[in-house]
Amino acid sequence: MSAASETALGLKESRSPQARLLRAVVHAIVLVVFAGPLLALLVSAFNHVSDPTQLSVVPSSPTLDNFAVAVDHGVLKYLLNSFFVVGFGLLLQVVVSTLASYALARKRFPFMTIVFVAILATLMLPEEILAIPLSLILSDLPVLHINLIGTLAGIIVPVGAWAFSILVMTEFMRDVPRELEEAARIDGAGELRIFAQIILPMCRPALGVIGVFGFTMIWDQYLLPMLVAGDSSTYTLPLALRTLRIDPMVTPGVVMAASLLALLPSVIVFLFFQRSFVHGLSSGALKG
Amino acid sequence: MTAVEVEPAAPARQERVNRRGGRGGRSGSWVVPWLFLAPALILFLYFKFIPMGNALVMSFQNVQPFLGNQWVGQDNYVKVVTSDGFQQAAWHTVLLAVCQTAGSMVLGLVLALLMEGRSRGLSFIRSAAFLPVVVPMAVIAELWRIMYHPTGDGMLNSLLGLVGLGPSGFINDPHTSMASVIVTGIWRGAPYDMMIFLAGLAGVNRDLYEAAFVDGASRWRRLLHVTLPGLRSVFSILFILAAIRGLRVFTEVYLLTNGGPNGSTEVVMTLITKLGLEQNRLGVASAGAVLLFLATLLLTVVVSVLRRRERE
Repeated sequence: MSAASETALGLKESRSPQARLLRAVVHAIVLVVFAGPLLALLVSAFNHVSDPTQLSVVPSSPTLDNFAVAVDHGVLKYLLNSFFVVGFGLLLQVVVSTLASYALARKRFPFMTIVFVAILATLMLPEEILAIPLSLILSDLPVLHINLIGTLAGIIVPVGAWAFSILVMTEFMRDVPRELEEAARIDGAGELRIFAQIILPMCRPALGVIGVFGFTMIWDQYLLPMLVAGDSSTYTLPLALRTLRIDPMVTPGVVMAASLLALLPSVIVFLFFQRSFVHGLSSGALKG
Repeated sequence: MTAVEVEPAAPARQERVNRRGGRGGRSGSWVVPWLFLAPALILFLYFKFIPMGNALVMSFQNVQPFLGNQWVGQDNYVKVVTSDGFQQAAWHTVLLAVCQTAGSMVLGLVLALLMEGRSRGLSFIRSAAFLPVVVPMAVIAELWRIMYHPTGDGMLNSLLGLVGLGPSGFINDPHTSMASVIVTGIWRGAPYDMMIFLAGLAGVNRDLYEAAFVDGASRWRRLLHVTLPGLRSVFSILFILAAIRGLRVFTEVYLLTNGGPNGSTEVVMTLITKLGLEQNRLGVASAGAVLLFLATLLLTVVVSVLRRRERE
């Protein structure tokens, strides 16, 4: 295969100085446009910003003051709330999804197709549309009559139901060979043991995908925490940014410092599990 | 759940056979799958299906907490459809969804074509360009609010000043507010589309490139006749995803402009939350939500039908 066949544009073909220069310029523009604003955020978070209209691009007077002010405004508490929500929410989501996928992928039972389609249909159902009925239900859970408004549980429990994880997990579990399961069954393993010790360990790549996607999805939640929040004590960090900005005593540098804390966890998760992320994006999106 | 299924680690073989026989069949009893499904079903019932049903019911009611709900037929829908505010919000939503979808896809495709390749440098630039996708929307909105600062020394305005333009009011000027919200959306949407296009590009048959090369086809013709047709399914999937994302848009509009200035960026979701959460007009808000849902559904169905017809 010739070098020209490598990519759609065959950009590697030309090694002339002009072509190289052009490539470098294009790449620089892409970096500036997409990473530039985030870099400005980073620099501003550590800079003493006197002018409330400006972000700093060049570090001039490095300081941690912004973070100190942010902490004074309760940012650590909001960050802790966020971690609490994402920790328990993700745990619930993964447990619920893998259990359901085991039934959907490895069993045959009446109404299975209906259940699967009903769950998948919620992928097409934008959660924003459910905002108002959801807030009513959270204030008085049917049958149980529990009020989750003003509690972090009100954010954690609803994110447990996410069709994307079930879809990814079910597709993956279908391909786990039957022989392993049969062998375990002959050795007398029960369903839970087969699930936990045979099937799940085989699904590590899919677990990575649903873990990473679940994390970013829960971390990015905005409307749900907004519906649930009674007062600022249950704010997650993304929700608190607006309150911080509205405060006249708070400079943009402080908002950027809090923003940095709010974006770091999901950026770190992305950078560490990039492969799972990209894999999930392409497989999840291209299957439909 | 555990009580039924966890068996002791090594029970006597004979006993096991008996028990299995008693349950009938190697797939185990019919209860097992439902026990595994139960947690998911309960959560989906509580937080997806019941809310959906409630939205539908409330959309036909005058919802009065403590007083009892009143059945009002299609009144709420009539109110919603005939109100200027909703019509305007619906138009804004469609405009936003169409522009963001088109912009993200075009820019995403261009980025994907430019950044395809295996070198280390490229994969670094791709990751950097992808960062906006994983940054929480709330952070992006706060960042862009500052970048959009309307005075001449605001970040984007000083860039505009370099080329002799501006200063623009951006999100503070009714003439430019919608465009500004769209630009922010494209900035976050394009890298996402880029990643999906890249996955699609990797799947285009390399033999066809080779053949085009042998036939002496120009780069441009190869792109037009080999690459783009190969990406057809990617286009329709991205279209559905982006359109749904566009119709339900809430967070960025809420944080950037909250519908202002002068209602110039009011979209359906910001209007619904105002009606429902601030004014407590739950019936009318629900009718709006149901209409938005129907629009999403219609769009999805139309695109899938078109895709199927194309395949045949």
